Amino acid sequence: MAMKTEPFVVNIGPQHPSTHGVFRMKLTLDGERIIDVDMILGYLHRSMEKLAEERTYTQNIPFTDRADYLAAMTGNLAYCLAAEKLAGVEVPERAQWLRVIMSELQRIASHALAIGTFINDCGAWHTPLMYMLREREKVLDLFEMACGARLTVNYMRIGGVAFDVPDGFVPACRALVKEMPDRIAEYEGLLLENEILVARARGVGILPADMAIAYSISGPMLRGSGVAWDLRKADPYAVYDQVDFDIPVGTNGDSYDRFLVRMEEMRQSVRILEQGLDALPGGPVNVDIPVALMPPPGETYARIESPRGELGFYVVSDGGPAPFRFHIRAASYINLSALREMTVGLTVADAIVVLGSVDIVMGEVDR
Amino acid sequence: MPFDWLRAGPPLAEWWDLRDLGNAVGGLLGWIDDRGGPSWLPYVVSGLIGIVGILLWSVFSQLFFVWAERRLVARIQVRLGPNRAGPLGLLQPVADALKVLTKEMITPRNADRLLFWASPILVMVPALVVFAVLPFGERMVLADLNVGVLFVIAIGSINTIVVFMAGWSSSNKFSLLGAMRTVAMLISYELVQVLALLAVVVFTNSMRMGAIVGWQDDFNTWIVFVQPLALLAYIFAGAVEINRTPTDIAEAESEIVAGYHTEYGGIRWGMFQLAEYVAGFAIAAIVVTMYLGGWTLWGLEEWVPGWLIFLGKLYGFFFVFIWMRGTLPRLRVDQLMGFAWKYLLPLLLVNVLLAGLEVLIWQENGFAAEAVLPAFAVANWALAVVLVVGWGQVLGHLRPEHRAKRPVLVKEVGAILYEPYPLRPGGSVPEA
Repeated sequence: MAMKTEPFVVNIGPQHPSTHGVFRMKLTLDGERIIDVDMILGYLHRSMEKLAEERTYTQNIPFTDRADYLAAMTGNLAYCLAAEKLAGVEVPERAQWLRVIMSELQRIASHALAIGTFINDCGAWHTPLMYMLREREKVLDLFEMACGARLTVNYMRIGGVAFDVPDGFVPACRALVKEMPDRIAEYEGLLLENEILVARARGVGILPADMAIAYSISGPMLRGSGVAWDLRKADPYAVYDQVDFDIPVGTNGDSYDRFLVRMEEMRQSVRILEQGLDALPGGPVNVDIPVALMPPPGETYARIESPRGELGFYVVSDGGPAPFRFHIRAASYINLSALREMTVGLTVADAIVVLGSVDIVMGEVDR
Repeated sequence: MPFDWLRAGPPLAEWWDLRDLGNAVGGLLGWIDDRGGPSWLPYVVSGLIGIVGILLWSVFSQLFFVWAERRLVARIQVRLGPNRAGPLGLLQPVADALKVLTKEMITPRNADRLLFWASPILVMVPALVVFAVLPFGERMVLADLNVGVLFVIAIGSINTIVVFMAGWSSSNKFSLLGAMRTVAMLISYELVQVLALLAVVVFTNSMRMGAIVGWQDDFNTWIVFVQPLALLAYIFAGAVEINRTPTDIAEAESEIVAGYHTEYGGIRWGMFQLAEYVAGFAIAAIVVTMYLGGWTLWGLEEWVPGWLIFLGKLYGFFFVFIWMRGTLPRLRVDQLMGFAWKYLLPLLLVNVLLAGLEVLIWQENGFAAEAVLPAFAVANWALAVVLVVGWGQVLGHLRPEHRAKRPVLVKEVGAILYEPYPLRPGGSVPEA
């Protein structure tokens, strides 16, 4: 006998422990099974792109800290690259390498947090998160050493970086580089073969390669889906063409693959850091630019591989001191767009795991 | 004599003999009897003493264990844990309790008021009542029922109804989801629990808790040595019943906020927490009584109070739950139920059958216990390992899609290494 049932709607968020901020998922459920997902954004909208049109090019850098607040360094870098391209500013060698070092440190910090919160979403009671926060803390200490801030660093400048690193920075960074491989191996030992984690994450939230490309997904999500694509190799910026590293690629495109890719990327970042610290040349870290930088009229788009994927800045100049148009191609916003494809047909518990594996930062999604 | 049950068994020692607090109670009752008090009075007095003792013990234990768990989990999580309130943070539970007591209790507008109000009170009942039949010492049992095991199982399942009441009456979708999950899960694991305890009963030939401890004392062996599989299954079932991470599916924080007690605040929420702890102690106490020799410790109970041995074992076992909470992620509800139905249940059925056969062989041939029990222990442990691993193989838990893997490392961009996830015939993604 068929019983008459009705689907019911559950709002996950905007205030919910696992929505990583103020994201709202409107799930239509048949029992525990999801038959529809409605994504509702905008709770953290701060009108960043419009505000940027009223400020000078240098004044806009702090906005990029606050877009993706878990990867402020890469946010800074992408915007500075765009502004430099527009104004035709050359960046000194030392600043280039410092940018690479900072980006990779930021990637370690961001991935550590992403993995920690992902496993939290799988239901572990904060233990992996605490371990990951321990590593992130060390990176944040290095940032504090370099620029005095830990989260919203505001470190990069158009034409270089704000300050040279202090004397203690390179040894401290080397200590981290020396320690990290052991730590990563420890986490892999604890997490990779955890039966429950494999059961929860493998085969959950599958995103096939063709669909990932069609949705313009980037970053660890795209690589998890088996597409070998990394802007650091495909379109090298700073001095990434001079460092040697591998691109980790998953094969099934499930949540577990995305987690694996992030884990391995931390190890590759350590490799890049090693090379960067060895190659770090002397010299100036900045060039003088006018206080009111007025690039010639024109438009540009600069993109980098942020921890979450392709972070691009589209900046249009009308020749004035402020950008005419300022647009952020936020990686996690575009990665999020495939959520519906990944979650329909799964259960509520799986939807949380999939959302965790996307690794969104609402500051970047809503801007 | 109105209280033969108390004077049955070994003779009472002096009232100040703290090896068994039953001596003191017996002494008091004897004193009442000698003064010619009414015949019902000793029953009432002994009952009240037991009830007050269990209540006080459970609340104070819970307060201590809130602290202990927070400190231990903090160490697991490379943190320090509470260390500000009082020495070593020992006053932290008091501060927490005061906070919980002073918080506002909100009743949602659409709530079913009677059920919403009653659930936090009722949830304590099954957790506490279980202790009535559990022997803390040789004579330290409130009601030594001859169907103690049955009582424990029956009372344990009342919990399901209370949790469902709480979830339903809150008129919150998260609560309802949590409540539905609880009902589905507890019904599945009820069977596991019954079969795990049944194997013990087959061996000891009694449902009286005291007799089960007595059996283990007589034969100088713990049930766990002859029934390892039953203990393993019971630990899983117990972990599910007390709703703590990693089996806290009914209140999965990252999914459905707090499950059935999402809408509860203040001391009502506190009651759910208290009940969760007390139910945890109850499960640990049942494990200790049924599988780990209860208040006996190979003769040491002659020197050390038996109730201290019992509590030591109980707290030691409770540490396993804390440890699990600190280390494991959570299964999905269908995976957890699949584990009960597909994995534990067949194994336990085989186990009960074998237990019956063993007892039959033993009793029919009149073998000496010293000879048979070690043989059974060796056989059952070997069998447990074979069954656990073998049945896992049969169910395919070692198939490639259940195994960990590594990402592929490439040097060049552009390649596409995507392979469709291995599908079962019929096109569905295999369930873990």
